[in-house]
Amino acid sequence: MARDTLTGSRIRERRIALGLRQAALAQAVGISASYLNLIEHNRRRIGGKLLVAIAQRLGVEPALLSEGAGAALIASLREAASDLPQAGAELDRIDEFAGRFPGWAQLLAQSRTRIAALERSVDALTDRLTHDPHLAASLHEMLSTVTAIRSSASILAEPGEVDPEWQARFHRNIYEDSARLADTSRALVAYLEADETTETATGTPQEELDALQDRIGHRVAELEDGAAPVEVAARLGAALTPLAQQMLRAWLDRYAADAAALPAAALRRAVAAQGLDPGRLSQALGCDPAQVMRRLAALPDADVPQAVGLAICDASGALTFRKPLPEFPMPRFGAACPLWPLYQALSRPHVILAQALSAAGRQGGPFRAYAVALPCGLPETGCEPRYQAHMLVTGPADTGALPVAELGVSCRICPRRDCPARREPTILAGTA
Amino acid sequence: MGGHVLLIEDEPNIIEAIRFILSREGWRVHTHSDGRSAVDVVRERAPDVLILDVMLPGRSGYDILRDLRGDPATAGLKVLMLTARGQNRDREMAEQVGVNMFMTKPFSNAEVLEAVRTLSAP
Repeated sequence: MARDTLTGSRIRERRIALGLRQAALAQAVGISASYLNLIEHNRRRIGGKLLVAIAQRLGVEPALLSEGAGAALIASLREAASDLPQAGAELDRIDEFAGRFPGWAQLLAQSRTRIAALERSVDALTDRLTHDPHLAASLHEMLSTVTAIRSSASILAEPGEVDPEWQARFHRNIYEDSARLADTSRALVAYLEADETTETATGTPQEELDALQDRIGHRVAELEDGAAPVEVAARLGAALTPLAQQMLRAWLDRYAADAAALPAAALRRAVAAQGLDPGRLSQALGCDPAQVMRRLAALPDADVPQAVGLAICDASGALTFRKPLPEFPMPRFGAACPLWPLYQALSRPHVILAQALSAAGRQGGPFRAYAVALPCGLPETGCEPRYQAHMLVTGPADTGALPVAELGVSCRICPRRDCPARREPTILAGTA
Repeated sequence: MGGHVLLIEDEPNIIEAIRFILSREGWRVHTHSDGRSAVDVVRERAPDVLILDVMLPGRSGYDILRDLRGDPATAGLKVLMLTARGQNRDREMAEQVGVNMFMTKPFSNAEVLEAVRTLSAP
């Protein structure tokens, strides 16, 4: 949907942020609440005097409502505010800030991203200091050697009789231990320096993979043409850490298998006939619906009637793949909204759930979401299956008669009042 | 001063230094370096004080002490544990398995002597 057709969503977002009831705003600008409702859901175009009046009542420039600020930028600013709620950032004026000072807003958002990356690096290094067996063994060796040197040196330096034979023995021990300490220190420095050349400081391997997938648009053209995953992995993963390279290889292997089983041309023809319903596509193509979802997410935007987003999680709910939509963001870190059908699917395996939804407090939509949880791999005798859930989000979509459920991105930046699934308080102004 | 100390530690020069300072103070000192046979050696030697390193070849000091505390013959043995890791959770683990004193490397001779004196006091 073009930016200027989202004016209604921006009006709604701003109104909710101010805690203003729809009827009150409608009355203030001389229209009916039902007409304002249509405007807010982008079903009536708005401009001219009415736009100016609404903007005036909402305390923003009309252009901010008609043009808006980038959704991604707004999301980044919200996350920056959520990191430091005690700073008192004026969340109800976030759109205005981004609109009036786009350069400063971008600077703030990018600084926040950098700080988050540095914090994750610190966490990773702390984990490493605690759990790296090589580092732990080296430090143990050094401390033991220092202890031996200290004990021997104390015996020689402190008052008390030490006969010549023992003196010679402790001198020799100190000499040997100091040489051993020098060797251990050198080896440790070499280990740390060698690691520095291969380790990037972008956080966890999953985050490295997420960043790479974002950069390439979640699509690997060579694999669509039958290239070998090992070659593609070597090219794409050269700058990744070894663990992230392993994860990249696993993703590419599955991508290649999916592309071979369901070529893009066949999928495009099926989409033209069946639409984006993974259940119908699965029936038509003879593939499992999770595979269909992954393949839909890999199609270029021009090949699908609406934008396609995809989230995949394991049975713990941890997101292992995320392709967000501009107006349906997915959290980069931490847990997502527990109301997502992705999680409901885990409790109803093998059932394709369909839901109409909108992102709470955000522009755009409504969306259609399809979710399914299926076992990974083939069943094995005596083994419990490991489930994985997929959620395909398409939109903006005509939701027909389906009621539209309002969902969030994550609790901290969700404006929904009294949500029964709320895990932690929101930091947004005017919400519970 | 006197009594019997068993030192279970795998670092030869630490063994030599501790044995020297304790012997000089009148203690009878036996040493052992392997974690796997440590429990048997403790039962056989029946020391007054056990100085036990955490990281030993074959078996950790925590596991050894857990076994000793589970045996009525050694449950009341006074134990000084030595470790190169001084983090809170290492100390907590040592306390959970019933250590009497806990010392982090690098320690001084005086600290070891003082600890052994304290543990052997009636």
